[in-house]
Amino acid sequence: MTLENYAQLSNYAVASATGILALAFVAYVAQWGFARKVAPDRELVTAGSVDAPTSGSDPVERSNMAGGIGLSLTTLAAVVLLAGVASRGLAAERVPWGNMYEFGCAATLAALTAYLVLVRVWEIDWVGPIITGFGTVVLGASATVYVPAGPLVPALHSYWLVIHVLGAIISGSAFLVGAAASILYLVKSRAERNTPEDRRVGFLWRIPSSAKIDQVAYRVHAFAFPIWTFAALIAGPIWAQYAWGRYWGWDPKEVWAFITWVVYAGYLHARATAGWKGKAAAILALIGFATFVFNFVGVNLWVGGMHSYAK
Amino acid sequence: MSSNAVPALGRRELTRWFWRQLTSMRTALLLLLLLAIAAVPGSLYPQRGVDARAVETYFLEHPKSAPVLDNLGMFAVYSSPWFSAVYLLLMVSLIGCILPRSFVYLRAVRARPPRAPRNFARLPASASFETDASTADVVAAARRALGRSRIDVVDRDVDGETVREVSAEKGFLREAGNLLFHVSIVVVLIGVAVGTLFGYRGSVIVTDDGGQFANSLPQYDEFSSGTLFDSSELPPFAFTLDQVTARFQPFGSPQAGAPREFRAQGTYTAKPGDADRPFDITVNHPLSIGSTSVYLLGQGYAPVFKITDAQGNVVFNDAVPFLPADATYTSNGIIKVPDAEPEQLGFQGFFLPTAVTQGGKELSTSAHPAAANPLVGLNVWHGDLGLDEGRSQSVFILDKSKMQQYKNGAQAFRVSLQPGMSADLPDGGTIEFTELRQFARFQIGSSPLVKVPLFGIVAGLIGLMTSLTIKPRRTWIRTRRDGSRTVVDVAVLDRVPRDDLPADLDEFLERFKDALGDTEEKTV
Repeated sequence: MTLENYAQLSNYAVASATGILALAFVAYVAQWGFARKVAPDRELVTAGSVDAPTSGSDPVERSNMAGGIGLSLTTLAAVVLLAGVASRGLAAERVPWGNMYEFGCAATLAALTAYLVLVRVWEIDWVGPIITGFGTVVLGASATVYVPAGPLVPALHSYWLVIHVLGAIISGSAFLVGAAASILYLVKSRAERNTPEDRRVGFLWRIPSSAKIDQVAYRVHAFAFPIWTFAALIAGPIWAQYAWGRYWGWDPKEVWAFITWVVYAGYLHARATAGWKGKAAAILALIGFATFVFNFVGVNLWVGGMHSYAK
Repeated sequence: MSSNAVPALGRRELTRWFWRQLTSMRTALLLLLLLAIAAVPGSLYPQRGVDARAVETYFLEHPKSAPVLDNLGMFAVYSSPWFSAVYLLLMVSLIGCILPRSFVYLRAVRARPPRAPRNFARLPASASFETDASTADVVAAARRALGRSRIDVVDRDVDGETVREVSAEKGFLREAGNLLFHVSIVVVLIGVAVGTLFGYRGSVIVTDDGGQFANSLPQYDEFSSGTLFDSSELPPFAFTLDQVTARFQPFGSPQAGAPREFRAQGTYTAKPGDADRPFDITVNHPLSIGSTSVYLLGQGYAPVFKITDAQGNVVFNDAVPFLPADATYTSNGIIKVPDAEPEQLGFQGFFLPTAVTQGGKELSTSAHPAAANPLVGLNVWHGDLGLDEGRSQSVFILDKSKMQQYKNGAQAFRVSLQPGMSADLPDGGTIEFTELRQFARFQIGSSPLVKVPLFGIVAGLIGLMTSLTIKPRRTWIRTRRDGSRTVVDVAVLDRVPRDDLPADLDEFLERFKDALGDTEEKTV
């Protein structure tokens, strides 16, 4: 195949992945929607009764089926997106994360991969709607900053591009999973406080307890934070020393990377501080993710600075 | 309520109270978040240390608000008193946290595992089972199952019965990692401070018509150095720039106009009297001369102008850097001609590397950053350039307060030139665009001890990962004979609460019973 063929293939694959991911989001929303009137112990009842309806009219079954479709579509979207990102790299003859469009695609792929892996390990399919919804938005928004595949600007001619940006992609995707878990933690722990036992119906009561969700959130953040430290505070400064003659220069992107780091450091401390555990810590995690997203979108498009590789 | 309900605090108590507040976790957390918030304005307003020219532009565009913001330190956030106050307080709080915790840790490392609590059921996870093995076998099996823990075995007499208690503790490295991480942050901050105090950094624009640079203070366009840096210690190197190469993605290809290569070539001497050596600087490959490095930060076009005044004297003949304003290298520049007679002249205008006509109007936009159809457009002022007031003036800003613009009827008088062309000026002089050169913007700097923050942060990362992955755990096992059977009670406690403790306990019990089974097989 020629470079143009690869570029074409990449565009089709990314567009298809966006569509498939949007359908996965719809399926996950349906999973929650179908189960909105179901009590949490309902599954045991249907599983135990011999003549349980198998026609698909049962809300639990419909919910489960929608969840299964959501997971399958998410897997398919990840595979198609992998083809898109890989062929983009082949078309440009370099790592496929050299500008904003490519970062958006590669980071979404990483987030979907992280999600699919964690679904197998910790059964976190309950964050599915948030991950697929956010991923669809990121892929769609990336299309608005699309640039044709091509070689890199001179500033990016360095193997640190592979290390520094890959670190940002991995930690960013884990931050997304952590933020999704933190949102559900806030919703679930609030519901646990305010909902009387007899009114606990809906999908929210079919997902793990808020304590379990909090644990998932913590573990994901504890994984992401050291990688972010490496990407933003070690690999970045080393490269900056080679490229710009200073390891730290308060460039807007550096400022916001530092802010993200500080907020997540605050999150890890808050979890060990009386009065900050739980709700306040989860809100800090969400603020941390918001600063990460602002650094990607806001600083790239509106603030500028030396890290402006959007186009 | 009596008036002396709250006893007045003495100075010592007050100091102690203040110290305790400052070093508390909650204060540290608030200071951390305050630091994040305090860093925000520095990304929204231009910073002197980052882009001094952008600050000047901001002052011109916002003459009312800029001085107010300046007084608040908004153009030098990271060296402002309030930002410094936050991070210094944070550092004091950090040290105030590290020191006592280090002493506690040193004691804990030497200490024996704590004695078993009386009531195991109150602990987060506990279990008990019976076995035929003797208490000695149980203790031996426990030691094997506990692995690399610190273990104490105590015999105690409870109501006339002998009870053997095993206390085990592991995961001491967690706190060590935690302390290492926090000490590393202090090391990084000290390393950064030393580098800033003794380092210097400056930038300079050099044109490639054989433009020269000698490393001394007046040669820099921008220069900043640490308070302990002595500018007479600038290493005495010099260089001559012969060629700037800029390649762009060709017109009509994908990503047309995207930069592909920037290169600056010339010769340098490390110190006066040394032989000339060639250099070749590209973006990620600086030139190192001793402890100083020269980086290529940017480049652009520098048209060469030859200007004669009304008397016919050549009053200007030089390359003038035009600063690129966008990706197509539409550039802005000014020419100051203080020697022109009878009045000083000032030119302000634009440069287009690939000028194209749009809708039959004048050539007004650049289609590509490569110089395929170069064009300059200049407006002309005459009067007093304001150079004699002793105030230093940027070479990129034309002070028009004492100058009048030449007009052509109602419209501004403008000269449009391509290389080799010349034009007459209203006062009788001429301006000629003799040739097109390029300029390079270099950053030159040195920051001593650059490796200290690097090693600091790497050590910090190792400490961080240690503290995030190691589980500090206490395990207690109590065993006693009950008739012909041996009763074994087990309890575990994590210093960091985790809710997977019951599962972990089950796993431990399995290992424990396996070990016990092995013991029984041997003794039978």
